[in-house]
Amino acid sequence: MTVLDLDRAWDLHPQVSVRPEPFGALLYHFGTRKLSFLKDRVLLEVVRALKDAPSARAACAAAGVPDSDLARYGAALGALAGSAMVVERTSA
Amino acid sequence: MTVTPERAASPAPGTRLVDLFEHGLDAPICLTWELTYACNLACAHCLSSSGRRDPRELSTDECKAVIDELQRMQVFYVNIGGGEPTVRSDFWELLDYATSHSVGVKFSTNGVRITPEAARRLAANDYVDVQISLDGATPEVNDAVRGPGSYATAIRAMENLAEAGMRNFKLSVVCTRHNIPQMDAFKEIADRYGAQLRLTRLRPSGRGADVWDELHPLPGQQRELYDWLIANGDKVLTGDSFFHLSAYGQALPGLNLCGAGRVVCLIDPIGDVYACPFAIHDEFLAGNVRQPGGFAEVWRQSELFLGLREPQTGGACSSCSFYSTCKGGCMAAKFFTGLPLDGPDPECVRGHGEALLAGRPEDRSSIPRPSADHSRTAKPRRAVPVKLSLTRPDPERRPVSACEENPLAGLTL
Repeated sequence: MTVLDLDRAWDLHPQVSVRPEPFGALLYHFGTRKLSFLKDRVLLEVVRALKDAPSARAACAAAGVPDSDLARYGAALGALAGSAMVVERTSA
Repeated sequence: MTVTPERAASPAPGTRLVDLFEHGLDAPICLTWELTYACNLACAHCLSSSGRRDPRELSTDECKAVIDELQRMQVFYVNIGGGEPTVRSDFWELLDYATSHSVGVKFSTNGVRITPEAARRLAANDYVDVQISLDGATPEVNDAVRGPGSYATAIRAMENLAEAGMRNFKLSVVCTRHNIPQMDAFKEIADRYGAQLRLTRLRPSGRGADVWDELHPLPGQQRELYDWLIANGDKVLTGDSFFHLSAYGQALPGLNLCGAGRVVCLIDPIGDVYACPFAIHDEFLAGNVRQPGGFAEVWRQSELFLGLREPQTGGACSSCSFYSTCKGGCMAAKFFTGLPLDGPDPECVRGHGEALLAGRPEDRSSIPRPSADHSRTAKPRRAVPVKLSLTRPDPERRPVSACEENPLAGLTL
């Protein structure tokens, strides 16, 4: 599994569409034609917060993830990075 | 049917995507949209009994309104089919409209309109995927089912796509008794054109009902196909259509779930919404996109779809130890072979379907027919007698012409 550096800035891949669902959200990558899902709403908030956060750690904090859950959410983000749903944000 | 995500990502531990999907989604992940019943071919197994255009087909503006709605619902992509969708004169316009409104398009074609120009246009659009249908790795096997010249048409289309730089388009094969020995040859053809092989199940839907007995894979061939699929893993796509084969043991890649009304559905050319593309019958008709509330209301409120999202009981299958993997198989396959919906699939790999098939009435009178038939050779479904009253012409009277001006013409006083 891809390890994601929580102290770097990340974002959703521009070709990824996010659709909220009762259980969390569905993600579809138009480039890889791959479907993925977020299993809870907090993770959806984290993913949405990535764009404006200076780091993944800050995005988790903004979404209200307690420190005790940080490893779990970091792993989930790592899985998303592994399938190119989430990509590292390069300074524009 | 068959679910869509060709490659579902691995779910997080403790939660299976399939468990979430069984209760349905706010919108389909993708849906099949048949744009027209018109087709230049007349494949023996056509699941929508296509041939002639239906005069009630959705207009260009109505199609665009459906696309607007799919965009609002965030339907990721549509599988466009037919008929042959590219014979609609507004096909390219609708394709561009969908992809510029965040609705991806994957369309199935026999290749008839995939010219070098069309191929270049497709290759330039990241939101389009193409499926070329071919049901034999040789002209003999293919053309016997799809008609003379159809092999050459498909190959030419793939040449054009490859030449235009289109990568990873799909070579789509319906598996039959005659082409199951050709799986390696299909793979070679796909590789030659930089395409990905996609195998789907022959369903007894549409005209497929008429040829199913002769074309569906024999029990030994089902095993051969299963082994081939396991050996080739997720390099080969199946649209999740072989989940009934999972009862051989190891589950095949994919969701292994009937997605009808839960994650997929069909919009037919006249706007009727069915639970799945293989079930064009009133029993699976949920509504029409033209009705107030449109497609979203049908998807979210129709009694039929709400019912399909309820937990299903295994019926006769519930005592089978493989029920958790095969889920009783394909609803449409059962329905159009005249088997009970809560029993085994006609191609149940444990052999439970065969006895039921053998027990059907000889004249097949119990088997439901599809609700629509647009075959070019189709005769009117119900022959209505024309009432005639025969009279002997009166030799004394002149025949009255339609142009006769006298209002009393023909009146005998």
